[in-house]
Amino acid sequence: MSSQFVGVATISAGDTAWVLMCAALVLLMTPALALFYGGMVRAKNVLNMIMMSFISMGIVTMIWVLYGFSLTFGTDTGWGVIGGFKYLGLEGTLDAVVGPEGSRIPMLAFSVFQLTFAILTAALLSGAIADRVKFRGWIALVALWSTFVYFPIAHWAFFFDSGQGGWIADRLQALDFAGGTAVEINSGASALALALVVGKRIGWRRDPMRPHSLPLVLLGAGLLWFGWFGFNAGSALAAGQLTATVFMNTQVATATAALAWILVERIRDGKPTTLGVASGAVAGAVAITPACGYVTPLGAMAIGLAGGAICSLAVGLKYRFGYDDSLDVVGVHGVGGLVGMIGIGFLATVSVNGAGANGLFYGGGGGLLGRQLIASGVTLAYAFTVTTVIALIVEKTIGLRATPEHEYAGLDISEHAESAYDFTGTSVASFAGVGHGGFGHAGLSGSGTLTSPPSTEGNP
Amino acid sequence: MKLVTAVIKPFKLEDVKDAVEGVGIEGLTVSEASGHGRQHGHTEVYRGAEYTVDLVPKVRVEVLVADDQVDAVVDAIVKAAKTGQIGDGKVWVTSVEEVVRVRTGERGQEAL
Repeated sequence: MSSQFVGVATISAGDTAWVLMCAALVLLMTPALALFYGGMVRAKNVLNMIMMSFISMGIVTMIWVLYGFSLTFGTDTGWGVIGGFKYLGLEGTLDAVVGPEGSRIPMLAFSVFQLTFAILTAALLSGAIADRVKFRGWIALVALWSTFVYFPIAHWAFFFDSGQGGWIADRLQALDFAGGTAVEINSGASALALALVVGKRIGWRRDPMRPHSLPLVLLGAGLLWFGWFGFNAGSALAAGQLTATVFMNTQVATATAALAWILVERIRDGKPTTLGVASGAVAGAVAITPACGYVTPLGAMAIGLAGGAICSLAVGLKYRFGYDDSLDVVGVHGVGGLVGMIGIGFLATVSVNGAGANGLFYGGGGGLLGRQLIASGVTLAYAFTVTTVIALIVEKTIGLRATPEHEYAGLDISEHAESAYDFTGTSVASFAGVGHGGFGHAGLSGSGTLTSPPSTEGNP
Repeated sequence: MKLVTAVIKPFKLEDVKDAVEGVGIEGLTVSEASGHGRQHGHTEVYRGAEYTVDLVPKVRVEVLVADDQVDAVVDAIVKAAKTGQIGDGKVWVTSVEEVVRVRTGERGQEAL
């Protein structure tokens, strides 16, 4: 039988349509992230921030086709560490199908879905190094990091091949439905490495560096929330019962985490903020990412509440330890991913997903929790170490850090010869109360003083 | 000829414009400004980090006035801009050496 005949005869149209739709949803998350991050930086850097996400869409796509898909999902070369060269240039994929009987989808549908994950994870890193990295250096970083960090870890976490696949998914058999390791813990640990190698922004903790457009942040967060249904529910690779549970779990965790974050704010800072509600929602979605296919909706609620509360406190760690993780990739994605991976060890139940396992609260003992910790720990260590090496190599060769002059002027001008906003003319009185950055100049980017970062011994 | 400059609270602009027109002045220049006197700013919080914003939005109104109208204009502005709350602003008067109307070339008093 030719493979073409088999493909056409056994493809599930509904599942294929769902996965393709989800690929589009996840791709939307990258421009959404661009806006989410862009609104959080100062106006003079917003375009550069957005560009770091968009360029990821370009570069990662190219290398995915050339060799990324092959390294991630090609036949394993041994011990579940990395794939091989079976699908270089996506050769051999045009007529191939994947998936179990009754639920078969084209391999290219699976491939493009996974590509959108790779794009998004690389883009996530940009939040840690906002306002201070040369665009050339970022491009090199995306290409090298995707090759040596993302593709291997994605192979570990996402490649099932009857026990011969990636070591986390198929051999250790830790549970990670949509990328708590490969996307969340990976990006968090890698972001920390980048923040340490690149160093702090000039004037960090002394000069005002407030979000210049919270409406952009909220818009981005809303689109991320929407797209995350594709991220999690699409990872079922089928449109069925489990998919619906995953979808519901995603909504529950995201919503409750948003509430938990602003509750912490209300108690600690006095007011619930829009930045908090947006950050909380993202933290919840992050935390449920590995767990969405293995817990009940009540379990998802617990993970959401824990993720929202813990991450809202974790974002203060950078002040305590003195690293400039500018947009809290570590505190939200790294810590949130850990919350989810560890939460699985307690809350997973086979009644939700027969292919899963039972956690501590469901009579499974500590075995699953142990596997979750191993998967998380190794991911964290590998990502941090290799990213540090890559960042040092790029810094020493092409250069990563922008010059102080460019950092002062703003990267939009220095890297892209563009200005985001062009407010000419004087506003009338009704606009004069809006804010302090309305002049649109690079220099007047804020008129406040950072008086107290969250650490108690704060010296600004 | 004098320049009357007033830094006022932004929402008072309409009242001040009306008051200036009410004294017979037909032109004025308005610009955005930031500043503070003895008024404090406010505090904003972003992911737990507190920022004190100590420059407050203001509006600057500038009016060119003949010497014999200065007092009337100043009084009108003060009355219109006042709220009684801290941060109402200030009005000051400076001398002007020359004024020219661009369209006609008129100079001095006729240009006011």
